[in-house]
Amino acid sequence: MLVLTPLLVPLATALLCLLVPPGWQQRVSLAGALLLLLCALALASQVVGNGPLTVVAGGWPLPFGIEFAADRLSAALVLIAALMLNVVLLWQVGGSADAAPAAATLQPLLHGLVAGAGAAFVTADLFNLYVWFELTLICALGLLALGGGLRQLDATLKYFVLNVVGTLLLLAAVALLYAATGQLNFRALGAATAQLPASIALPLLTLLSLAFLIKAAAFPFFAWLPASYHSLPAPVLALFSALLAKIGIYALIRCLSDVFHPAPDLLFNVLGWIAVLSMISGALGAAYHWDLRRILAFHSISQIGYILLAIALASPAGDAAAILFMLHHSLVKAALILTAALIFHACGHYDLRRIGGLYAGRPWLSLVFLLLALSLVGIPPSSGFWSKFLVVRQSLVQGEYLWAAAALGVGAVTLYSMLKIWLEAFWKPHPDESWQAPARHRLLPAHAALGGLVVLILSFGLLPESLIAYVMAAADSLRGRS
Amino acid sequence: MSPRALLAEVLLRILHPVLLLASLWILLRGHNEPGGGFVGGLLAVAASAAMALTLTTAEARQRLPLPPPRLTALGVLIALLSGLPGVFAGQPFLTHLWVTVPLAVTELPLSTVMLFDLGVYLAVWGAVGGYCLSLLATVEEQQ
Repeated sequence: MLVLTPLLVPLATALLCLLVPPGWQQRVSLAGALLLLLCALALASQVVGNGPLTVVAGGWPLPFGIEFAADRLSAALVLIAALMLNVVLLWQVGGSADAAPAAATLQPLLHGLVAGAGAAFVTADLFNLYVWFELTLICALGLLALGGGLRQLDATLKYFVLNVVGTLLLLAAVALLYAATGQLNFRALGAATAQLPASIALPLLTLLSLAFLIKAAAFPFFAWLPASYHSLPAPVLALFSALLAKIGIYALIRCLSDVFHPAPDLLFNVLGWIAVLSMISGALGAAYHWDLRRILAFHSISQIGYILLAIALASPAGDAAAILFMLHHSLVKAALILTAALIFHACGHYDLRRIGGLYAGRPWLSLVFLLLALSLVGIPPSSGFWSKFLVVRQSLVQGEYLWAAAALGVGAVTLYSMLKIWLEAFWKPHPDESWQAPARHRLLPAHAALGGLVVLILSFGLLPESLIAYVMAAADSLRGRS
Repeated sequence: MSPRALLAEVLLRILHPVLLLASLWILLRGHNEPGGGFVGGLLAVAASAAMALTLTTAEARQRLPLPPPRLTALGVLIALLSGLPGVFAGQPFLTHLWVTVPLAVTELPLSTVMLFDLGVYLAVWGAVGGYCLSLLATVEEQQ
């Protein structure tokens, strides 16, 4: 039953939020998020203590029943999703900096998004995975369209068109795989695919990977991410960047390293170069832009490149690096987006050319940004350092010197764009000389949410041993299924 | 709507409850024969849509048991809850249970599957019905 909580708790909370009177909505939503966090913690400790948990819905015999399974990888991602939901809901309390409009559908959609993500992380059935991709897509569309302004609808349409292509490709790949093997359950599918001739297996797996790469916003399919993310209010954006692309990456790891292991080498080679191009194009896009949210959105693409590179190494150590990087990126990117919202709150703009002088007026905010930016760049001893270190070391160990060089070079460009934010927003004087930093507002929930996140990121960077041991074990258990 | 639809209006006021009863019958019949929550729900949607076409969408909306989003949410919640009795009986989620209640002259078979189907019925009625009514309301506005 615990395996199903990442799906059932947020889904039930979303439904209850719609049913209770409006005054109760926030309380129900917060209670549901907290319960989800407790369930995620219990799930993680169960998985660590007793190994993977599985349940088959309705008790149908395998391979016909829909199986749900949680291993260390699933449990870690569910925990991050639950954590980010709590942070975002806390941020939203009392309508703080750049909060989402208080629509009646906001809380149900946020919970629905997390339900889709959580269920995608624990399902062990390929068609069921597609269903959860659809649920997240629908909830994401609802969240993008909140407010209903021209900018929102423009972003929604672009997001919809590009993502629906990915979803349809996924559906086609699932249908073709089912036609070729007659299986949908992960274990049965893996065993049946291993019997297929390479001339059939390779195109099918390529199609499947292509669908996941679109969802993961990899080069050259990332257009939907910068086209839609900048129109979102900060807490929703933080949740999107922590979850949406991660579902695609998770599905890619799950399929290439676990279900269809050993996948054809050609796939991993191509994936490696896609990763390098994602890293470079994302970093260059971030260096070009001046809008804080666009810079951070392009950064996500570059960071997703690192994760894909780690997957492309096709080794347990590579997968461990990918998982660690996913956890690091979810936390740090969400925290940076929330920091950007506080910058926006203080200055009234996301455009770096129109703000400045924050170092004098907001020293704590400056310190938080600096810590997070250094972590994103990968300065030791930060969470980003350990993540990048594992990726680069493993590329060198496996003799992929070009990939390692690209990863290091892109780090320098990342440093440049983080320095740009630092110099423009904090260091340089405000372009309008008569500008005064506005008086501090009471933003206690927002500060608490961001503070908690920063403490977590710092402890991740300073005490990485147990986490690295966890992701190593998670990566090792991936290949143990077949 | 134009006053010439009077005949349809009078007829529909009688037909509306009949259609809803028929949709309930299809819902229950689906247990062993063609029918079920989805088809029954669609017939209920048809009843609401016919109401909106001949009278007004506001009137059709009034005759829904709950506003569409809440009706949908209630339906899905009922479907979710129908999976829980199995869990309390030590079975996996969504394992369905059957009981037969003996009555004086006959017996009444009950199951959690019926609860699930009821949830589907309400969810379809709320979601598709709400969508239909919103769409018809925009047409109404233009006229």
